[in-house]
Amino acid sequence: MIDFSLAVRNLLRNRRRSFATFIALVIGSSSILLFGGYRKNIEYTMQTAYVRGGGHLQIQHRDLFLYGSGNAVKYSIGGYEDLIAAIAADAVLGPMVSVVSPTLQFGGVASNASANVSLTVVGLGIVAADRNRMRAWNEFNLPEDSPYFALEGAAADAAVVGHGVARVLMLCDALGVTDCPKPVDEQPNTGEDLPADIALLAGRDAPEAKGGASGRPRVELLASSIGGAPNVVSLEIVHAERQGFKELDELYLMLQFAQAQRLVYGRATPKATAIMVQLKHNAQLEPARDRLKTLLAQHAPGQSLNVLDFRELNPFFVQTVQMFDAIFGFIFVLIASIVLFTVGNTMSTAVMERTVEIGTLRAMGLRQRGVQRLFITEGMLLGIAGAVSGALTALVVSIVVNRLGLTWLPPGSGHELPLLMRVWGETNTIVGTTLGLIVIGAFSAWWPARRASRLVIVDALRHV
Amino acid sequence: MGIDLEPVAVLSGVSKGYRLDAVDVPVLRGIELLVRPAQFTVLLGPSGSGKTTLLNLVGCIDRPDQGQVMVAGRDVGPMSDDELADFRARNIGFIFQNFNLLPVLSAYENVEYPMLVAGLSAKSRDNRVGKLLKAVGLEDRARNLPGQLSGGQRQRVAIARALALRPKLVIADEPTANLDSRTGAEILSLMRHMQRRYGISFLFSSHDRAVIGAADDTIMLMDGEIRGIRRRAAQTLVPEAVEAVEAVEDHQ
Repeated sequence: MIDFSLAVRNLLRNRRRSFATFIALVIGSSSILLFGGYRKNIEYTMQTAYVRGGGHLQIQHRDLFLYGSGNAVKYSIGGYEDLIAAIAADAVLGPMVSVVSPTLQFGGVASNASANVSLTVVGLGIVAADRNRMRAWNEFNLPEDSPYFALEGAAADAAVVGHGVARVLMLCDALGVTDCPKPVDEQPNTGEDLPADIALLAGRDAPEAKGGASGRPRVELLASSIGGAPNVVSLEIVHAERQGFKELDELYLMLQFAQAQRLVYGRATPKATAIMVQLKHNAQLEPARDRLKTLLAQHAPGQSLNVLDFRELNPFFVQTVQMFDAIFGFIFVLIASIVLFTVGNTMSTAVMERTVEIGTLRAMGLRQRGVQRLFITEGMLLGIAGAVSGALTALVVSIVVNRLGLTWLPPGSGHELPLLMRVWGETNTIVGTTLGLIVIGAFSAWWPARRASRLVIVDALRHV
Repeated sequence: MGIDLEPVAVLSGVSKGYRLDAVDVPVLRGIELLVRPAQFTVLLGPSGSGKTTLLNLVGCIDRPDQGQVMVAGRDVGPMSDDELADFRARNIGFIFQNFNLLPVLSAYENVEYPMLVAGLSAKSRDNRVGKLLKAVGLEDRARNLPGQLSGGQRQRVAIARALALRPKLVIADEPTANLDSRTGAEILSLMRHMQRRYGISFLFSSHDRAVIGAADDTIMLMDGEIRGIRRRAAQTLVPEAVEAVEAVEDHQ
């Protein structure tokens, strides 16, 4: 207790120096926590987007993920309806599951004949109502909703495309897509130089897709059917959705699951390429995966099916999280080094100033360890005060920033998201950072304390 | 309290030097000394005569290059640093020229500190600190920080602190040097009073010949050697103590 009391008083003895060190610790601690909060928000936002779009787990043919882009249909799941029913009815898995839904992925060529353009696309047949139910998943309480999926309630031949697909297929005007510049040779001619009758004819030949009865544009989607023969469906494009990456934006085409099955399987028995399983909670992922494997062994013994989680299906998510973890680690090490040297410098100066005091204490019978304890207690106290105040500062700053309503466009996102810093509730980060800085504070004082304890008593007493 | 008959410190063939740049500077040479128990002993000598070095050796905060130092009946040479620290805490009190009080602790806490290090109970500490502060006339200044006390008052606190664990020996290096003559005389008188009251040996250095009058024993030091010892109050010792003293002095 006397060590604690002495440490507090000695820290207050040189208030300006202690305060400067304290402020350095507060800034360091709060910076780490605020960046940690920002990192967590990115992770949660991305995870939420992936879980809303593809579920926590997907049952796929073992080779679909690596070879499916060549011939997705070859790696499809037969009897998927029975599997879905088994999952929903399972006493273990059923209560964990929020949504189970089939998808059918395939490659194709979309064309807008009226504009004389075509484009290779990746078609994805989904059950639109399920997709909208999956949008409701929000374990991390994000303040934003993902956009309503326009296929629900739309016609059987309706489809949604990426902004890139709409742009390349010349559908921007018809779909009301803004920020969609036209190529130079397609710039509208003002017609000032043309006779009126010629200008009218030119306007009629403008390269836009022909609208159907609804007035919405239509495209033809060509795909290879199950027997290898080409099959074509005409799709009504009801909406264009911006995707986070240009490459994906120029491939994205979603259609009704039944329509996709008709295109790919024709009159053959329809299948799915994946079954999406969205769980109620992240923590259920591993037990659910284990149970799914058991169910697959029971209900689809002849099929080489695998269960992949959203991390395995989205390497970009893992890479992004790892990148932010690495940046966080780098910042932590950087700030920890600054704290190390700041506290170390403060304690070294204190040792120098209190050399005679150290000699006196040692003369009075305080052991070397006792002297070390005094200075390490001071370093630790600085660490505690700075780290705890830093945590409180980070909490206050995060609350203020979160209420400012700032938005940003994160990588891979098609729309702007709130700029949030998740500090409150991130107990592991707060406790880890606080304890880490306390330990660093104590460790910073260790070397000066060791030096103090090893001072020759008579030299220390002679010190001026 | 009975008088301990054993010499409180015995130095035999003690030499000590320091290395200054590349040159060895001898400070003490072949010191043979006995410090009698429960006496007020002054080391007298000019600056550079080796008084402080001798006090450091007797106070067990320094080790001799040669010779043996026995304090309170124990050879301190083989002791480890921790053993020596514990030994000092139990047996030796220090009074410094510059008082050396801990500036962040009150007078009360400064006197209490050695007791805390020794692990005395709170009740025992409170009792002892109260008595000591009263004995040095500072009971009404107990809560004052050293910076709020005069030089004389600080030295009184230092005296109380030195006596906190009832040591066998109190070492005082020029305890009056930083005080005016009147305050110095008061402090000397207080030290003498406390020495008699508690039956503790005081060994202090001074180059002020005025203090000789207050001392039981006076040791004259010059150029690192003892040039003379005057034992004024030897007749007040019990016969066994006189024999012990004479045996050592015969050896010297």
